Amino acid sequence: MTTTHDTPTNLAQTDEGAQELTSRDVIAGAERLRELGAVLRLSEAEALDAELAQAPDEETMIINMGPQHPSTHGVLRLMLELQGETVLRCKPVIGYLHTGMERTGETLTYLQGPTNVTRMDYAAPLFTELAFSLTVEKLLDIEVPERAVWIRMLMTEMNRISSHLLFMATNGMDLGAVSMMLYGWREREEALRFLQEVTGLRMNHNYIRPGGVAADLPDGWRDGVLRLLDMLPPRLAEYDTLMTNQPIWRERLQGVGVISAEECLALGVTGPILRSTGYAWDLRRDMPYLAFDEVDFDVVVGSYGDCFDRFAIRLAEIRESMKIVRQCLEKMPKGDYRIQDKKVTPPPRARIDESMEALIHHFKIFTEGFKVPEGEAYVSIESPRGELGCYIVSDGSSNPYRMHVRAPSFVNLQTLPHLMHGNLVADAVAIISSVDPILGEVDR
Amino acid sequence: MTDEAAQDGAGAEGSAATPAPEELFGAPLTRSGGQLVLHPSREQYPLLLRTLHEAGYLSIIDLTGVDYLTHPGRSGLPASVAPERFEVVVNLINHRERARLRLRLQIPADDARLASAIDLYPGTEAMERETFDMFGIEFDGHPDLTRILMPEDWPGHPLRKDYDPGRIPVQFKGAPANR
Repeated sequence: MTTTHDTPTNLAQTDEGAQELTSRDVIAGAERLRELGAVLRLSEAEALDAELAQAPDEETMIINMGPQHPSTHGVLRLMLELQGETVLRCKPVIGYLHTGMERTGETLTYLQGPTNVTRMDYAAPLFTELAFSLTVEKLLDIEVPERAVWIRMLMTEMNRISSHLLFMATNGMDLGAVSMMLYGWREREEALRFLQEVTGLRMNHNYIRPGGVAADLPDGWRDGVLRLLDMLPPRLAEYDTLMTNQPIWRERLQGVGVISAEECLALGVTGPILRSTGYAWDLRRDMPYLAFDEVDFDVVVGSYGDCFDRFAIRLAEIRESMKIVRQCLEKMPKGDYRIQDKKVTPPPRARIDESMEALIHHFKIFTEGFKVPEGEAYVSIESPRGELGCYIVSDGSSNPYRMHVRAPSFVNLQTLPHLMHGNLVADAVAIISSVDPILGEVDR
Repeated sequence: MTDEAAQDGAGAEGSAATPAPEELFGAPLTRSGGQLVLHPSREQYPLLLRTLHEAGYLSIIDLTGVDYLTHPGRSGLPASVAPERFEVVVNLINHRERARLRLRLQIPADDARLASAIDLYPGTEAMERETFDMFGIEFDGHPDLTRILMPEDWPGHPLRKDYDPGRIPVQFKGAPANR
């Protein structure tokens, strides 16, 4: 391999080190093609065709966007090479939110694990809890009760609604539709209110745990769900009036940031970005987990793979999630909300008052945790951003030996250089927004 | 449910490749809770990826590492595979067959390197950088193998088991340090 830069000397010179766009004269031919197509390989013909690529060095300018730019959704830094207003190359620089959560996960017991992973994707915290819990249950080889399965489905779909509403808000704000921002936050707050009624918290719930969920649904939960289901359809119709059918909005998004299905698959991209290209792939339908094979919903796909399709898909997915929530409401079975397995479940609160053994048992589970058989497992679910996977290696103790989360935003961010290539710098904001990255999950 | 689908799909693929009982695509095969795991050698890896790509495994969905320093005697490895300190774990997906496949590659500590998958699967760009950053495993052929999550001048690789996570005391202005 011909290295494009000497890492050690760079490291000594500056604390930013090699986090720079490689200068053009040191990029060898093959790597230059790679860089020009951002991360994808362009064919020779395409590379010749791109007259942008022939811009001499002195005509281009490298600017930094972020990490504190308001539309970078947290702390994402982009290095852009511009020719005039056209973006030639782009390199995302991440890691500003890295707090070593995978390492932290190794020091927490399996019962404490969800408190850690729930802070990764803070816009859709229940999904990471679910992926973690499903993986632990796979290692333990246990099945949670029916009711816990359906509660999990209800809650994650509610969370999907709130996450997509947040996208509606930020996407509107990034493109200057400030009233959309207010509407999106307003509706999201209603969805979060329901999550708070059930879990006690608006975010970072620690509600889905290995063995089931933390608590049963409270009295009157049906009213909370129905209130939301009645409230949302007219509001979504308002969004359609305000955004979907509005010529300025369409002008701003259609044909911007186009990607093809082949490119998405090569890049490992999942979720709404992959579906926007017309490739119908949704783990809920294609590799069903929980009880998604028993509910009826549609996988929404786009046709052009542009920013508008990604917006429209998320809007439609809110409606699909409402369909699933309604079915959860009808089919919610009676029974236990967590598995009654003495090994995993602490004894009920009332038993602790009357039984010394129950107290000891309770104490042991919360201090030492439960032991998980040796092995390794990878389980993935469909989060609002794509495939969210959890890989756990257990050495037979009560802490994971290795806990890795496959974060969809981390992988999806790799599309940015490709989506931006040849677009205007003003569209960069629309493109970042349409990828919908959550930086807490990117950096973990 | 997903695992049955995975087995069916991969079984169909297996008949096209070497149909030896405990081998798939020429690499030792094990099952971990119903999930298919291949254990290729490092030398096999680039060619195996090409075979898998042709067999329809179009996406590497996840690539990460594990440091088995303090847990060397793990189970789950076939007898023909010698355990090493590091493992690189690659999760592939075959969308058409709805099948998943996991590769576990043994990487010795004194020569921690592996061929990069980037030519066939450009999506591994960030994942290989992360694995390099966290474990110090180098990927030959990667165009930009630099740290991705940690600062560039960071010493050590934080997810190695012999790396002391340590603690940086939080210094509030004027407050005496309490540890």
